[in-house]
Amino acid sequence: MALLKIHEPGETPLPHEDERQIAVGIDLGTTNSVVAISRDEKPEVLRDKSGGNAIVPSVVYYGDGTPVVGEEAREHINTDANRVVSSVKRLMGRGLEDVKSVAGTLPYDVEVPEGTEDGAGEPMMVRLNVGGRVLTPVEVSADILRALRARAEESLDKTVEKAVITVPAYFDDAARTATKDAAKLAGIEVLRLVNEPTAAALAYGLDNGAEGLYAVYDLGGGTFDISLLKMQKGVFQVKATGGDAALGGDDFDHAIAEHLLAERKDGGAADAIDASDAKRLLKTARKVKEGLTDQDAVEVVVDLNGSKTTHTVTRAAFEAMIAKLLSRTTAITEQVLDDADILPEDVKGVVLVGGSTRVPAVRKAVADLFEQEPLSDIDPDEVVALGAALQAEALTGGSDNLLLDVTPLSLGLETMGGIVEKVIDRNTPIPVAKAQEFTTYQDGQSAMMIHVVQGEREMVDQCRSLARFVLTGIPSMAAGAARIRVQFNVDADGLLTVSAREETTGTEQEVAVKPTYGINEVDMANMLRDSMVHAREDMELRVLTEARVEARRNILAVRAAMEADRALLAPEDEETINNAIATLETAMAGDDRDAINEAAEALENASRPFAEARMDSRIRQALAGQNVDEVN
Amino acid sequence: MSNTEHPAHKACWSCKGPVEVSALFCDTCNAIQAPGQLDHFKRFGLERSFVVDIDAMEATYLKQQQLLHPDRFASKSGREQALSSQQAASLNEAFETLKNPVARAHYMLRLAGIEPEGGEGHTVNDPELLMEAMEMREALHDAEDKGTIDAMIKDTRKQARACEKDLGDAIDGNAFDTAKKLTTRLRYLMKMTEEARAKKSRLAAA
Repeated sequence: MALLKIHEPGETPLPHEDERQIAVGIDLGTTNSVVAISRDEKPEVLRDKSGGNAIVPSVVYYGDGTPVVGEEAREHINTDANRVVSSVKRLMGRGLEDVKSVAGTLPYDVEVPEGTEDGAGEPMMVRLNVGGRVLTPVEVSADILRALRARAEESLDKTVEKAVITVPAYFDDAARTATKDAAKLAGIEVLRLVNEPTAAALAYGLDNGAEGLYAVYDLGGGTFDISLLKMQKGVFQVKATGGDAALGGDDFDHAIAEHLLAERKDGGAADAIDASDAKRLLKTARKVKEGLTDQDAVEVVVDLNGSKTTHTVTRAAFEAMIAKLLSRTTAITEQVLDDADILPEDVKGVVLVGGSTRVPAVRKAVADLFEQEPLSDIDPDEVVALGAALQAEALTGGSDNLLLDVTPLSLGLETMGGIVEKVIDRNTPIPVAKAQEFTTYQDGQSAMMIHVVQGEREMVDQCRSLARFVLTGIPSMAAGAARIRVQFNVDADGLLTVSAREETTGTEQEVAVKPTYGINEVDMANMLRDSMVHAREDMELRVLTEARVEARRNILAVRAAMEADRALLAPEDEETINNAIATLETAMAGDDRDAINEAAEALENASRPFAEARMDSRIRQALAGQNVDEVN
Repeated sequence: MSNTEHPAHKACWSCKGPVEVSALFCDTCNAIQAPGQLDHFKRFGLERSFVVDIDAMEATYLKQQQLLHPDRFASKSGREQALSSQQAASLNEAFETLKNPVARAHYMLRLAGIEPEGGEGHTVNDPELLMEAMEMREALHDAEDKGTIDAMIKDTRKQARACEKDLGDAIDGNAFDTAKKLTTRLRYLMKMTEEARAKKSRLAAA
């Protein structure tokens, strides 16, 4: 039985040396970002000019000139706080409704552009009001990515246009799309969006040649993720993942800040706090938190509204403040273990990721839950970027390792009564393609609203709305007679495309799930223009590269066929084919895409008689074989 | 012609030469092919039977993903990337279907031309099972401590295992009516286990 032809791994040819481009790994974090590169499966973080810090704070200062990113931007918090944006990742792909839940915890004004609450009433991504400028979270993220790209180019002394960018496993479709859009604005081609915990596991796994079940506990500035991975023979398989997209170290800072304010109030100083006070207070709170990692108590001076107060925060007091937040992470972890039908003792190792896992109480909570000391020999601030760099190298240079990831949240459709019909369950391996059939509920119904949602709850209004579109042109039929097939595709980046089709007539509509909370095409085009990225040239270059890749494949395929079936090749055909190949190769050396495509078509025509001869020969063989069988 | 043992051929999109319809790659030019209408069992080189060795199947699954996953085609042409995505998705679907006993039973019933219960337009019509499920649900509703729920989970899992075994005998013995009933029962048992677990974590979080 020759049904499945399995090629040995590594046999698929690697791209030519000249096509290998530098690809970096980027951890675009809530609080901090890191860029790394891997060569020969040895990843390293890229540091600043002085060779010092790997961490770039995800903070942007919008002064009068070009935006300033990183440590320098953070310095402006004390003097010009309302032009400083931090923790913007929390707003990626979020509408005003989502942000209300974290309202007050954000140190800047958020708004929704005018005219979006009327009309179709489609919710849109929030905008930030930064010193009079209105910015989308995507633009701010793009500024951070530009700074990381610049750091990489400076450090490597090469152009960097490709990257693997990490996202929280729990990021929904809107947030993933927003991240990809930000990269586009920064002139970076995203080779793959990889989930942060998966990247961390990759960094650990490759280093230690680990086999078995591992848990990755990732508590960053703004998000919490827990993932369970099975590692075997070079395959990293995500078994289950869960988390909370709005829970992180920022909340610890908040708890401390609130505590400090409460103490001041008890001391008689009732503060009216504006956004810039809040930013400074949070900065103080973060220092307290960091101090408590090594010390049992930290003394701090708060200077607000002209009154200075001195406070002592003990580690015990801090741990009491965050106990509730920590128990949320352990409850989610238990749920994920249950989902995967795994007991804590089955877990061979626990990887800690994210700066917040430096907090001793976090480590203790993890150790208690899994009944073992967590692994932490790779810097938790760098581990994700290192894993992303490994994956970037694997995607551009080939690898024997493979990541198999899953959908973090269930995807479904709204049905009668606002009930969600799940089409793809959470923790389904990706890529995935699934279809479900629906029918009309009224006689003569000619259109159907397709409402795509993401989440685990049963009612639509408790899930996140991803997109709505209307399938029109359904032929007039009795209720229940039409057959509407809705197809969901989730690609390896975790991005969803939905199409709907009426089966009896073939009326079809397809949407990449993008509109809700996304940025529409027009805005995106304007931003690209504003950002001075040469989008058009970029696009043309990409098309030219694709034409060359395709032409090269074409030549290799024809040569392989000539090798395999030389007996069927007429001498005059061989000459025509060889000439066509030579012409195509000449065209490929140039920059004219149309010339390449024309020459490729000519090669196809030249090799057609040969291809037909090969098909005929195989059919004859098959028929001959059948005759023998019949005789038997 | 229809009963021929010889695999059917189609033209490879890349080298235009003949390639078996179910082949993953062209054996002449090595190009990845579109997924054919391949039976999930055949995809893993298995006989059609309810009893599957999941570990062995997983090993085949991983080996094939190593070859077909889009990450292997990141620097290939757009067409090859799209085909790889389709192939990897088909492979995932086959594995997910055969791995889960209820999904596997549904799949096998459909292959036999029988629509399983619980799908569209099918209501479950087994008073005994409905009664049993109702009682379980009430017991779960009343349960208030971890110990009671743990005992319930243990019990439903034990019943599910027994049910799965009977279901295998029924399907592989072509007793499809029985198989249909047992599939519904297995589905209920697994759902109850899930609900009990959910309640347990709710209790733990409270």
